[in-house]
Amino acid sequence: MKCKAFLALLPLLAATTLAFAEGTKLPTPPFGKEPVVLNAYFETGFDIPFKLAEEFTKQYPNVTWDIKQDQFTNLINSTPRLLAGDNPPDLIRLPTMVSFSKQGLLKNLDGYANSLGWASWPVPQLSQNRVAADGTRGSGALYAMGLNYSMTGVFYNKKLAAQIGMKQPPKTLAEFEDLLAKAKAAKLLPIMEWGSAKSGMGLAFPLQALMASVGPTQPINDWIFQKKGATIDTPSNLNAAQHLEQWIKKGYFPTDINAIEYTDAADRFTKGEGLFTFNGDWQNPAYDAAMPGNVGFFAMPPEKASGSPAAMSAPLTYGIAAKAKNADAAAFFLTWVASNPVARQINVDVGGSNPGGPADAATPKVKAGSVTNETLAAGVVVGKAGTAMDFIANSTSAIFAQGWTPELQKMVGGKQNAAGLLKAVQAEYLRELAQ
Amino acid sequence: MTSMTINTGARAAAAASRRTSHKRRVRREGFVGWLFVLPAFLMYATFELLPLLMSIQYSFLRWDGIGPMTWVGLKNYATVLEVPSLFGTIINAFKLVVFFSFVPVALGLIVASVMRRVAAGRLGSLSRTVLFLPQIIPLVAAGIIWGWLLAMPGLFNQVLRLVGLGGAARAWLGDFDWALPAVGIIGIWVLLGFCTVLLETGMSKIDPSLYESARIDGSGWLREFFSITVPLLRQEIGVCLTVTVIAALSAFDIVYVTTAGGPGYATAVPGIQIYILAFTEQRIGTASALAVLLMALVIIVILPIQRLSREDRV
Repeated sequence: MKCKAFLALLPLLAATTLAFAEGTKLPTPPFGKEPVVLNAYFETGFDIPFKLAEEFTKQYPNVTWDIKQDQFTNLINSTPRLLAGDNPPDLIRLPTMVSFSKQGLLKNLDGYANSLGWASWPVPQLSQNRVAADGTRGSGALYAMGLNYSMTGVFYNKKLAAQIGMKQPPKTLAEFEDLLAKAKAAKLLPIMEWGSAKSGMGLAFPLQALMASVGPTQPINDWIFQKKGATIDTPSNLNAAQHLEQWIKKGYFPTDINAIEYTDAADRFTKGEGLFTFNGDWQNPAYDAAMPGNVGFFAMPPEKASGSPAAMSAPLTYGIAAKAKNADAAAFFLTWVASNPVARQINVDVGGSNPGGPADAATPKVKAGSVTNETLAAGVVVGKAGTAMDFIANSTSAIFAQGWTPELQKMVGGKQNAAGLLKAVQAEYLRELAQ
Repeated sequence: MTSMTINTGARAAAAASRRTSHKRRVRREGFVGWLFVLPAFLMYATFELLPLLMSIQYSFLRWDGIGPMTWVGLKNYATVLEVPSLFGTIINAFKLVVFFSFVPVALGLIVASVMRRVAAGRLGSLSRTVLFLPQIIPLVAAGIIWGWLLAMPGLFNQVLRLVGLGGAARAWLGDFDWALPAVGIIGIWVLLGFCTVLLETGMSKIDPSLYESARIDGSGWLREFFSITVPLLRQEIGVCLTVTVIAALSAFDIVYVTTAGGPGYATAVPGIQIYILAFTEQRIGTASALAVLLMALVIIVILPIQRLSREDRV
């Protein structure tokens, strides 16, 4: 029945999509002049959704916001109850989506993807947010949209880089490891990273970067998307984990890494502790402010010069509760974020990330000297190479807390080796999937 | 004879009626007593007994907290055993007993008796207040501050460097050997005041003449402490041990805000695993099974302590 109704609507949808893809204005808002209050849950510590909400109200004064916020780790735990509760959010930052979509707590956004033109946007934008009937990600129905598309890689302190004679970003893994050794020899901390269990172990960033440097990205995504028979314990991942183990043994990370919080690592890097740090472009505005002109970025180089750089690059996912009162308005907001020039500019200035959206949408201007220029440029290279990955900490809901974090912390403490790390994480993955 | 019989009968009847009215009065008083208890009982039943029974019920179900529940019998109790490092978390909880329980009670006894001896009056009440303060500071805030103090650039390491012990400086909460003792020391800080105040109150009830006669017999402070103070405080010590042992075995808040169980599983305790199972993994059944097992463990440990302090009353 639903399917038939949908088919009948298709010509109309196609017309809307076409009109929108041709670069005309936004679709008509689904609300008139009557007051609308959007019920939203955002992540504490990141300004971007708040600034976008503020601008949206400026442009559509009858739409106001009731915004609640919480830490990411708390959101992971409270999202199911918020979605299932009496006052389900119209818009919510989603930490994961597979279990919530299976439980029927999230709105299927395919209808909006067609009516609002998302379906015609460049392909990778939606695929990470699709969940198939068997619970695997990457294809199936759409359950979330990205507010923007983040890029991760290696940031570096330009002054310290000059000290060891680094003139340009490394082109291969061997060149990168050579720079690490030079930094260590020059009594500089080669890599600043966080590692406390409260923040979630940051060594998952360099580990995944190494995995993509020495091996293919597809099996990593398959594992994250819970494809049947997928395993993280592969020969090339073992090679990557062995590189990381060597980096730890050679003292490339701070000795107190197991107690360093995310914010402290970011802060210590801006104060000149660490030549490199693995992080994401959401940190750009803070780096630009604290060390203007002194921070650079490159995507993790491949093992061989003939390979392509790869990166963990994920959408900043937002979903709509299945029972949301203002689902249409929320979906319109998501379209506006990716299409409105002011919103796109806010996304780049405040979020530091690629706003995605229609292929023909103008790229917002970035201040000269901002590291955002470098992260956006790296994003284009990775996009063309098709080597973007989701985060290995997102494969199951507790894989970060019960797998990567404790096992990588053990590796730092000399109580786990590369092979044992992958075996333990794979065992935890299977334990969680078996439930 | 007859009148005697009548007399006796009347007396018996009067006595019987007295007994009945006494019984009635007792019953009425009992009823009124229950009325007084009712509000507290309702609160206790709603917020303690009901959740307890519900946890037991959940432990036999497979449930994600939202969708339908399925009866799985004892399966959750079997899967609990697969939880990473479960045995290690229980060992950690027992190690915490030393820090949360034995040290605060032993130190509390010494501090309370010293305070009674040398710091009566204003100084005494000032030290009591200072020692008790951690009880009224929100643990989350305290945990964050302890995190700063014990971090690599924190005050604790600064002091070590200042006195020439820089080589011993480390990230106390991130070190496999030191994280658990560091969490334990925070526990001592929190619980010492509670034990001291409770034990000092107990000491004030001990008849001073006992100490006087002991002194006349020529006993010193140490002898008084072990022969009078400690034996007469066994009930209070029992209460202190009960409360602090429960705090150690079911520890969650201090651990969660300082280390979240890390590094590795060095400070992981059953409470943290219950939290992750219930809220991160959405496995309410397995989490409840672990909670029920933890409760059983606490009862097994607490019962002998209770018995010891009760025997003391005889």
